[in-house]
Amino acid sequence: MAGVGRLREYAVPALIVAGAIAALAAALGIAGYDPELALGALWRGSVGSFDAFASGTLVRAVPLIIIALGFALALRGGMLNIGAEGQFLAGAVAATWLGTHLAGWPALLAIPATWLVALAAGLLWIVVPVVLRVKYGVLEVITTLLLNFVAEALVSFMVQGPLQEQTGIYPQSDPIAEAARLPLLPGTRLHLGIGVALILAVVLWFFFARTLAGFRLLAAGSGPRAAALAGRIDVTRMAALALLVSGALAGLAGATEVGGVSYALYPNLSPGYGFTAIAVALLARLHPPAIVVTGILFGALETGAGAMQRDAGIPAVVVQAVEAAIILALLLADARTHRGRAYAGAAA
Amino acid sequence: MSDGIELVAGFLAASVRVATPLLLAATGETLAERSGVINLGIEGSMLAGALAAAIGSTAGGPASGLLAAIAAGAALAALFAAVSVHAGADQIIAGTAVTLGAVGITGAAYRSFYGTGGAGLSIPTLGPVEIPLLAKVPVIGPALFAQPVTTYFAVALVPCVWWLLFRTRPGLALRAAGESAEGARAAGVRVRAARTAAVIAGGALAGLAGATLVLAQVGTFSERMTAGRGFIAIAIVVLGRWHPVGILAAALFFGAATALQFVFQASGVGVPYQLFLVLPYVLALLGLAGAVGRVRAPRDLGRREAT
Repeated sequence: MAGVGRLREYAVPALIVAGAIAALAAALGIAGYDPELALGALWRGSVGSFDAFASGTLVRAVPLIIIALGFALALRGGMLNIGAEGQFLAGAVAATWLGTHLAGWPALLAIPATWLVALAAGLLWIVVPVVLRVKYGVLEVITTLLLNFVAEALVSFMVQGPLQEQTGIYPQSDPIAEAARLPLLPGTRLHLGIGVALILAVVLWFFFARTLAGFRLLAAGSGPRAAALAGRIDVTRMAALALLVSGALAGLAGATEVGGVSYALYPNLSPGYGFTAIAVALLARLHPPAIVVTGILFGALETGAGAMQRDAGIPAVVVQAVEAAIILALLLADARTHRGRAYAGAAA
Repeated sequence: MSDGIELVAGFLAASVRVATPLLLAATGETLAERSGVINLGIEGSMLAGALAAAIGSTAGGPASGLLAAIAAGAALAALFAAVSVHAGADQIIAGTAVTLGAVGITGAAYRSFYGTGGAGLSIPTLGPVEIPLLAKVPVIGPALFAQPVTTYFAVALVPCVWWLLFRTRPGLALRAAGESAEGARAAGVRVRAARTAAVIAGGALAGLAGATLVLAQVGTFSERMTAGRGFIAIAIVVLGRWHPVGILAAALFFGAATALQFVFQASGVGVPYQLFLVLPYVLALLGLAGAVGRVRAPRDLGRREAT
């Protein structure tokens, strides 16, 4: 019986994704585009060739997987981190700042150093929401959201101020030192970040499935009563820690993006990774190994959307509507089958 | 001397203009939250309202733009209500998804409607309506009595919503649904109907808020132009203690904080402009922290209905 439940757990998301893509094709047809051309471009641009898959889809999947793992961790503790976008940018700013000062360092030191400062910056960016939530019960959803806009302004300030490139003309930073750039898989643009994402997925899987702390976090997230039944668990502390780690991971994703893809800080560094990652995590039912799969799926979808824009003239942002439809359909499907996990909303 | 007076008058007028969409959206969100539903999708309703206003006004003048915006905002809120109120899904995630979807749909629709050139400044907008005599009062005249019609509507809405919430039976039912769904149902209140109505009305007002942004403030549409104003409106609801008058005060405060950047830009003080960009968000954070302990949310806010 458990096997059937497991199958159903993943069959519903699979059906929803297929349905969403079919709906996209239908909508494009109605809007006067050529659905065959569009879906063809989507396919070719994402998984149609090894190069598209490795240099496009997987590269795009790296930040999605890393952020989604953090989001899942926090949500398992009953907390919603809707501010990954801001923590990602904070991490990117920190990694760029350090990365531009590391000329001559050995890569073996430079790369971990940028990761560390990015982790710290992501952590710093979520400290205020965590404190407000834990001490005063201010809903972390609103505070993390508000800080996204502060982070955008911070990046805008940095690329026109302290971190602006030497000529002072363009709103971007200088490129980071060679030593701080992530190694690439030969012949592709796939960088070491994919390894980071996979290792984190394994670590989190182990944490949830095999450790007492992981079990306690789940119990804490299931509500105070479940936590009481499972033994003496400091629900607030567990949830706060999970939220902090989710912020740090989003910051790390900023570092892998700067170190592996952009090599510099730009105002539009993130095309909404923080929000797409929510869909990635929910679609995977918050299971770390499944997050790798859904992260690659959404990486493919977004990379393919870029190809769709180039080849069929369809605005790539339409993919965000597809993501939203997937989340809403998933919520509806879950509400039908079972009542799901109660979200412990706070007062203010 | 006269320069100073002009600066103050300009600042006050800008404050009121900027506060208008915040007031409309926050008043709408108050209805939803008083009924027990937190709708993060109002950011999406606002954005959809902004685009609908641009398209509607281009096609048939400002009045059509306003109506289209109200319809667009209400439609997204209805989608949110179907998922959160009727299916009982998580309100936060459903609201985030609605906003995400609005970003995608408006972005795609905007580009296919206007092409790469953008909407331009050819959209018919709402001019100020001067109230005779009062508009001529120095300093405060232009700020209070020479505003677009949407501003007068937003202010007039404050006593109306107060009356609705605290002096009518539907208002009582709505508040009962927000305090305790079970208790309200036992008393004969149709909780889901009340919440659905409140959420859709809130979405309609958020759509109107988006319309004022385009038709009475910026004059054009750009992608993601709401820039979190819907979320600030949610913070305003908390700061205003879920009370229409408190929300009016909080919205004006945020309007003034945002309008400060115009004054500083005009004065040429060498402060990075991003500092003023972040001011409303930082103030919202500080306000949320400071509001703690002194305010109490509707008890069943955000809680899923037990069925």
